[in-house]
Amino acid sequence: MIITKPRDWARIQANLESIGARRVFLMGCGQCATVAHTGGEEELREAAARLEGAGIEVTGRTVGEVTCHLNGTKLESRKHQAAIDAADAVLVLACGAGVQTTADAIPKPVFPGLESLFLGTVIRNGIFEERCQTCGDCVLDKTAGICPVTTCPKGLLNGPCGGMWDGMCEVLTDRECTHVRIRKRLSDQGRAGKGTLAPKDFSTALKPGSVNIRERKAE
Amino acid sequence: MGRFRDMLEAGEFVITGEIAPPKGADLTPMHASVDLLAPHCDALNVTDNQGASLHLASLAASKAILDRGIEPIFQQTCRDRNRLALQSDLLAAWSLGLENVLIVTGDDPRAGDHPNAKGVFDLDSTQLAQVAVGLNEGHDMTGRELEGATGFYIGGAMFPEAEPWDVQLARTEQKMEAGIRFFQTQAVFDIGKLERAVEALRPLGAKLIAGVLVLRSPRVIDFVNNHLAGLMIPDAIAERIRGAENPAEEAIRLASEQVREIRQIADGVHVMPLGLDRAIGRILGEEE
Repeated sequence: MIITKPRDWARIQANLESIGARRVFLMGCGQCATVAHTGGEEELREAAARLEGAGIEVTGRTVGEVTCHLNGTKLESRKHQAAIDAADAVLVLACGAGVQTTADAIPKPVFPGLESLFLGTVIRNGIFEERCQTCGDCVLDKTAGICPVTTCPKGLLNGPCGGMWDGMCEVLTDRECTHVRIRKRLSDQGRAGKGTLAPKDFSTALKPGSVNIRERKAE
Repeated sequence: MGRFRDMLEAGEFVITGEIAPPKGADLTPMHASVDLLAPHCDALNVTDNQGASLHLASLAASKAILDRGIEPIFQQTCRDRNRLALQSDLLAAWSLGLENVLIVTGDDPRAGDHPNAKGVFDLDSTQLAQVAVGLNEGHDMTGRELEGATGFYIGGAMFPEAEPWDVQLARTEQKMEAGIRFFQTQAVFDIGKLERAVEALRPLGAKLIAGVLVLRSPRVIDFVNNHLAGLMIPDAIAERIRGAENPAEEAIRLASEQVREIRQIADGVHVMPLGLDRAIGRILGEEE
């Protein structure tokens, strides 16, 4: 899931002030931002209280089912048409994809209420760790299901680097070195070493990514 | 030139020193250091933005040292350049007459003086060694033919004291398979572990040049323990320097003892004098 954190309140206020917004509609997201405790019902309630405390009227709020889904967000906005019409701006407590989808669905100034951080795993409720760079050139088959591109701070495919100390990472000194973990897990599973991995194909990660499975089906 | 390679490959004990290019465009202080070290060394390593902190490029500094008739070991990290820049800098190095290259990963930018920099790491050190071998064979990393091949003597880093040792050994073997011919090590404090590394790697044909760091003051010890990745100074050694009446003199004595031991074990010694350049003769046991 996409892990987010609250955006600095002063930046949000400055964004709203920049267009003189006095009335705001709040949009959350029922998926990742709800799980991350950044854009669910509770966080929207808190944001509304904070905005009203700052003298800004909240015309309405909703937690979209999947805010990054364009048609879903259009539908959701129609359900709240009057409240949105009454607002000067929409503040979105969702990831950057959710913000952009909302901006496409609603012809009003739309501002981000969160910072998007990474694609992560929920270790436990409220504890998230980055696990995937969405690089389009997966090496997890060779690395025992541990991504060196993401979990090695230097993103080395072949390691460890010279900074490893007692099996621990040079940069994140409280974590075991990714390359030590890979080697251990391969060995525990009776698998051969991963060998030397070739340089990554970064052309697969060129921005912006785009997929059309309708075209794929037509082929 | 090519003396460094010839000596190592002939089994002669080599001595290398380390030069940090200046933070700035004035090469005068660097040359002062070169003039002190060079008479005692077979080659001088020229670091590449060491500690992830900005310095004049190793390429230019290596060439400046070569122009003074001293054989440089051009260091290249994977941190600051992508595969295009790494290859073009290697081609540039060869065209300038630089024959030795030491390929390392590079410290993380967060450890240096530009902590907000993007670490590139497009290639890792193993992959860059493979690329350098390709340039020697006359092709770039996509396999396209070059107008003029290089002929680098390719080195890498290894860490005799690293644990788990099986991981470090496998990593070093991987670097050898990639085409690395000689290794310069992180500073060695445990001679037993240096012996372990030499015993494992010499049969595979690796040349091992063991590092000696001159721990000239308690402040240096604290810096190494707190800021230098992959290195911890054992308590007994730290106490010896801290407890000395003259820490710098004690550090020189300690380094000279280490050099004496290393001469019996490794293929060479790499001296990092940390400013005590004037003591290089004593560290190497050439002067009293």
